[in-house]
Amino acid sequence: MSVAAENDFVIKLANVNGTGSASANGLLMKAIFRMGVPVVGKNVFPSNIQGLPTWYEIRVTGDGYRGRSGEVHIMIAMNAETYEKDLAEISPGGFLIYDSTWPRPHFMTRKDVTVLGVPLAKMCNDAFKVARSRILMKNMAYVGVVAALLDLDLHVLHDLVREMFSSKPKLIDLNMQAIALGFDYAKEHFACPLCFRVKPMDKTKGKVMIDGNSAAGLGCVYAGATFGAWYPITPSTSLMDGFAKYCAQLRVDEDTGKHKYCIIQAEDELAAAGMVIGASWNGARAFTPTSGPGVSLMSEFIGFAYYAEIPFVLFDVQRVGPSTGMPTRTQQCDIQLCAYASHGDTRHILLFPADPGECFEMAVNALDLAERFQTPVFVLSDIDIGMNDWMVDELTWDDNYQPDRGKVLSAQQIEKIEKFHRYLDVDGDHIPYRTLPGTHPKGAYFTRGSGHNKWGGYTEDGQEYKEVVDRLRLKWASSADHVPAPVVIKASKKANCAILSLGSCDGAVIEARDKLESNGLPLNYMRVRGFPFCSEVEEFIEDHEEVYVVEQNRDAQLLNLLLVETKVKRKKLIPVLHYSGEPLDYRFVFDAILKAHEMRKSA
Amino acid sequence: MTSFAKPRIRRKNEPTNDLGLTRADYEGAMSTLCAGCGHDSVTASMARAFFRLSIEPHRAVKVSGIGCSSKTTAYFLRESHGNNTVHGRMPSVATGAAAANSSLSYIGVSGDGDSLSIGLGQFVHAMRRNVNMLYVLENNGVYGLTKGQFSASADLGSTAKKGAPNEQPPIDPVSLALSVGATFVARGFSGDREQLVPLIEAGLKHKGFGLIDVISPCVSFNDHKGSTKSYAHTYKYYHKAVHADFVPPSQDIKVKYDDGEMMPLELHDGGIIRLRKLEKGFDPRDRAAATMALAKAQQNKEILTGLIHIDESLKDMHELNRMEDRPLNEIPYAELNPGAAKLAELQKGFR
Repeated sequence: MSVAAENDFVIKLANVNGTGSASANGLLMKAIFRMGVPVVGKNVFPSNIQGLPTWYEIRVTGDGYRGRSGEVHIMIAMNAETYEKDLAEISPGGFLIYDSTWPRPHFMTRKDVTVLGVPLAKMCNDAFKVARSRILMKNMAYVGVVAALLDLDLHVLHDLVREMFSSKPKLIDLNMQAIALGFDYAKEHFACPLCFRVKPMDKTKGKVMIDGNSAAGLGCVYAGATFGAWYPITPSTSLMDGFAKYCAQLRVDEDTGKHKYCIIQAEDELAAAGMVIGASWNGARAFTPTSGPGVSLMSEFIGFAYYAEIPFVLFDVQRVGPSTGMPTRTQQCDIQLCAYASHGDTRHILLFPADPGECFEMAVNALDLAERFQTPVFVLSDIDIGMNDWMVDELTWDDNYQPDRGKVLSAQQIEKIEKFHRYLDVDGDHIPYRTLPGTHPKGAYFTRGSGHNKWGGYTEDGQEYKEVVDRLRLKWASSADHVPAPVVIKASKKANCAILSLGSCDGAVIEARDKLESNGLPLNYMRVRGFPFCSEVEEFIEDHEEVYVVEQNRDAQLLNLLLVETKVKRKKLIPVLHYSGEPLDYRFVFDAILKAHEMRKSA
Repeated sequence: MTSFAKPRIRRKNEPTNDLGLTRADYEGAMSTLCAGCGHDSVTASMARAFFRLSIEPHRAVKVSGIGCSSKTTAYFLRESHGNNTVHGRMPSVATGAAAANSSLSYIGVSGDGDSLSIGLGQFVHAMRRNVNMLYVLENNGVYGLTKGQFSASADLGSTAKKGAPNEQPPIDPVSLALSVGATFVARGFSGDREQLVPLIEAGLKHKGFGLIDVISPCVSFNDHKGSTKSYAHTYKYYHKAVHADFVPPSQDIKVKYDDGEMMPLELHDGGIIRLRKLEKGFDPRDRAAATMALAKAQQNKEILTGLIHIDESLKDMHELNRMEDRPLNEIPYAELNPGAAKLAELQKGFR
């Protein structure tokens, strides 16, 4: 039985996609956020433009947890096609709100759910003339209903409506009217507020609501990227949209209207990869956003950039595979693909952001690391991080930051050396110097994906070949201490067990860990943020008897990567795998760990 | 080893260009292609064109894909950066490189396999984007490095070395270029340097994408009787429509043009292409006319050569993207970083 609570419940909105519900739902979440109460928003949407079911889940969490709870307390059921499923999902003691223009007596089958009918369609048909308005305003009308039921601050809602339609002032009154319709109806017919209600707090100061793709695009602007190439693919498209938007705001010369950047929509992912490699090779900071299928297509170029040592930054906003898979559902299923992408012996640098704030930071890290190590760097985000608005600490920027452009020789430096050799390890750090075209006649070299020796010449000689690829392996390994360090949370008392996880699992894992500890199972927690793994990762596993590896894929990709890349024992690692395509919830993690732990104890 | 250092020989009274450089300064590593390969003549023509244009070798960028033709970027301009990319993907690398630094001269070298089969998509889209580069397609109708398979440019009925005829229609890069809006479209023949060198010069100076389809016979796998890409066949059906001479901007042009015979055409940098008409009623500035002339020549089984189409009025990739004249890779970070205060201001919209 769920407990009625202030500032601790989940409201889920079941809609039909293409009906304008997304902005209404966003409005609701932002209103709660502005009342100082932490929120978690998850948009679960179909790979479709109009007519299919879509859900938006808002978790109100006074405790400030960042994952899903796995419960639904209030369901706004606006899609007749999913009524049954939506009704079934409500936790005991919860509420169902639906459009009672068409009464549904069978909703009464659940005695543990209170059904509230609001004749939304009728009210909107009576109030609005234009057909499209009648559909759109239904959304705003249920916002009004929810506002009354949850005791939302109407001033906050009204301000948001005004901001939302500041460029179309005619729509402001219309939307206000719709909100009032719903609000007044609820006040008149129901005992408002419900037991689930929002009470103003002061916990969102210094926080912002932002999605990971926008944050990553903004990070690329701040890191000084000037070139981006991409091929449209869900869910990465909004990353380039973000970059383009912020470039248009921040990178256009006011007097001339000329751009200090270039964005090219390529004919496919292969071309996008080639363009980024060409631009990076020629000294521009460059990147491409893509998703799993794009990484598959880019693989040949990834190997080229690895072997020819060309910086190459890819954002892989992961979606459910294999093949086309479920393009709008989330997973962490490209970990192994990206770690070793391309034929031959290749291995890459991976970064694992856990939220939009880290997307912003790691965009900068990725561009620095790619130029420092002259190699592909992947930022492995996912749909959950990339396309949902998250509450994160306000993004900050250090004005003293200077991009690490790596070991690029200037004309003066080239002038001083007798002869330039592209692949020679001059400094003993496994990283050779590179030159940019057009700098100096002595700086020229021939870039090739075919066998080459350390002098930069073509070779088919086994020893010469090995000398270069052995150095590449050492170079890659040396990046382990330069990727973002893991984050460790210690249990309040000594713990023999631990959780190891990554990326968007973080919120659910932290909450599950807290609850497990209260339940008598203390666990330490490490979140890895980069690959290759630094020595700390191996030590952490060695320090524990059992380590639960929580990740969002079927095949335990992180766990297997740990087995291959460290000396840890297989039997220490216990997989906790979530791969339904929905963002992870803490209950899943809690239950899985508890069950596995009990089984090990009894074994 | 498949490339050898070529000894640099200095001769007395060698001609020098405006930079004081000799032809040898534009050479590269020793070619490892078969003796008599058309590609080596094209390589020599490219080196010659850069020499005549007095382009500093290190201000040029050579890009290529995979195949015999793509190897040739190692055989000229040793002081230029070269990028021998992956099969069929040179156009994308060239596009990114050109975007990063607009101040260099970009030459792409590819073949009919690299451009018309595996790389057809990138080839076409680079033309659509009007990337500022010259694309030299060394066309021999055959896959040389894998020993003699037909390529997509093999003509209907042209036979393989062992006698089997090609039964699929060819892709003609020149017709293709015209249909997707390429702004400089030419065809040459490796055996005619007098025609080819000025075409390369003009193509390098053209603002936007320049394509030169160069018939360049493969002596090992496609130079037999029955092949339509052999030396003998090409010499026989070779038809020069327009001869183009490139006149750099620095030279005073005092040429008398006979009406209808000579067509001077000014390029963006002030250089001039003098077009000498070899055929009545053909004007390469007219895309429709060029398309017609090409179709007619194909019908007559003639290989139409020369500068087939040029349009200097269209915007190149940089202009289309409203980019600064300054190369992207030279914009200092201070100008790219909006700063902490701006970030705080931006985030007011995120609450």
